[in-house]
Amino acid sequence: MSLPQNWRRQAGRYRLQGIKCQNCGRMSLAPRSICPRCHSTDIAPHQFSGKGEIYSHSTLYQAPAGYQAYIPYTVALVRLEEGPLVSAQLTDVDTDQVQIGQKVEMVTRKLREYGDEGLIVYGYKFRPVLKGE
Amino acid sequence: MENYRGNGRGIMIPNREVGIVGYGAYIPRFRIRADEISRIWKDGEESLHLEEKSVAGLDEDTATMAIEAARNALERGRINPGDMGAIWVGSESKPYAVKPTATIVAEALGSTPHLNAADWEFACKAGTEALQAALGFVSSGMAHYALAIGADTAQGRPGDALEYTASAGAAAFLVGPGEESLAVLEGSYSFVSDTPDFFRRPLQPYPEHGHRFTGEPAYFRHTLQAGQYLMEHLGTKPQDYACIVLHQPNAKFPERAARLLGFSEKQFRPGLLVEVIGNTYAGSSPLGLTAYLDQAQPGERVLMVSFGSGAGSDAFSFRITEKIRKNLAPLPAVQDYISRRREIDYATYARYRGKLNYG
Repeated sequence: MSLPQNWRRQAGRYRLQGIKCQNCGRMSLAPRSICPRCHSTDIAPHQFSGKGEIYSHSTLYQAPAGYQAYIPYTVALVRLEEGPLVSAQLTDVDTDQVQIGQKVEMVTRKLREYGDEGLIVYGYKFRPVLKGE
Repeated sequence: MENYRGNGRGIMIPNREVGIVGYGAYIPRFRIRADEISRIWKDGEESLHLEEKSVAGLDEDTATMAIEAARNALERGRINPGDMGAIWVGSESKPYAVKPTATIVAEALGSTPHLNAADWEFACKAGTEALQAALGFVSSGMAHYALAIGADTAQGRPGDALEYTASAGAAAFLVGPGEESLAVLEGSYSFVSDTPDFFRRPLQPYPEHGHRFTGEPAYFRHTLQAGQYLMEHLGTKPQDYACIVLHQPNAKFPERAARLLGFSEKQFRPGLLVEVIGNTYAGSSPLGLTAYLDQAQPGERVLMVSFGSGAGSDAFSFRITEKIRKNLAPLPAVQDYISRRREIDYATYARYRGKLNYG
């Protein structure tokens, strides 16, 4: 992935900023210019709280290129408290301690590095809620 | 010179009240015990008096730790990220040799683009010099809020005495006007000299240090001079302070320096974290201050004196205000991060810290 492609995704990746349809209220983390539900083009940025719970999860022992350094790691579908479902890595949790329904919160971590000389890509991961439930 | 309130010899007193509006800490989850390190390397444990130290995970670095500490500080201060006039990160373990860490932090907080963002460098006092500059920036009226962060994932050569101490952590201070502050600055002072006690040359992975030379001419001279001079010129005495926070390269130095400055164990204990998290370098004295602030009471005073090799110390005297009583419940305290621990062995530590050569 090129530098501009990574750069364009920063708002979503670094801080879970998505979009909200100003017509029907549908929210999404993926950037869109047309609402997939009502087809409105009245779309505004929306900052998600980063709180959610685990909908489903799976632990990877064979990682795609760029992620081998982190195996084994767990990926999850997280139901954000605002409704959307996002897929993300979990962090700060042992793989056998992950449960469906577990409360999690977003943290910004290293996603991957393009070798020793290339870009470091940061983005959201989720971890068990530290405090404040 | 009519607006100048210093003494012409380095004492820094702002023209208008300025202080800490919010603060936040971050300590990674992993710990390696000192006896696990001495299982591999038979040197150093006895002299340093550490139980364990924090270790950054594979997906953590100075930027990610700074981001979490900063988010805690902003939430505690309850301010809009877009209102920040400056974000300054002090560190000696920058993710990029060339490319600011501060812009990564600013982007993650949602503070871009109308602000100043920069990295600061002065070994272990990079975080407190960012704090000193932020206090000046806000008191001059050039910014309403400025964020100063000290963060490090410190490096130690395998087998070196630094392996017992070099750890990871971050602390962030949201600086703002005095009337919004939970801790108001009374004065600051820096004492510096060219003392080569510890350094790392370009492209070298690990620092060199002067062993015993890091003590008297380096840590003690700068820490004691800075602390004494500031108290002398503010007219304060050790008994006026509820707490003293010093740089913590090991457990012995800060304890001895605190006693030499005239402070008792009751005063240095609340800000002393090195025994359970190690030396977080630019995060060290800042994290100690956040640990004290978690339990501070209105009307109390705290003296913080950092130390950075090369060498220098920044001293600060703060007075705690009623704003310290803001509801802290939902935010993680330093103690929450300390109790969240997952012990790892030396092999896992070597993997996490990039000490393995994959050939």
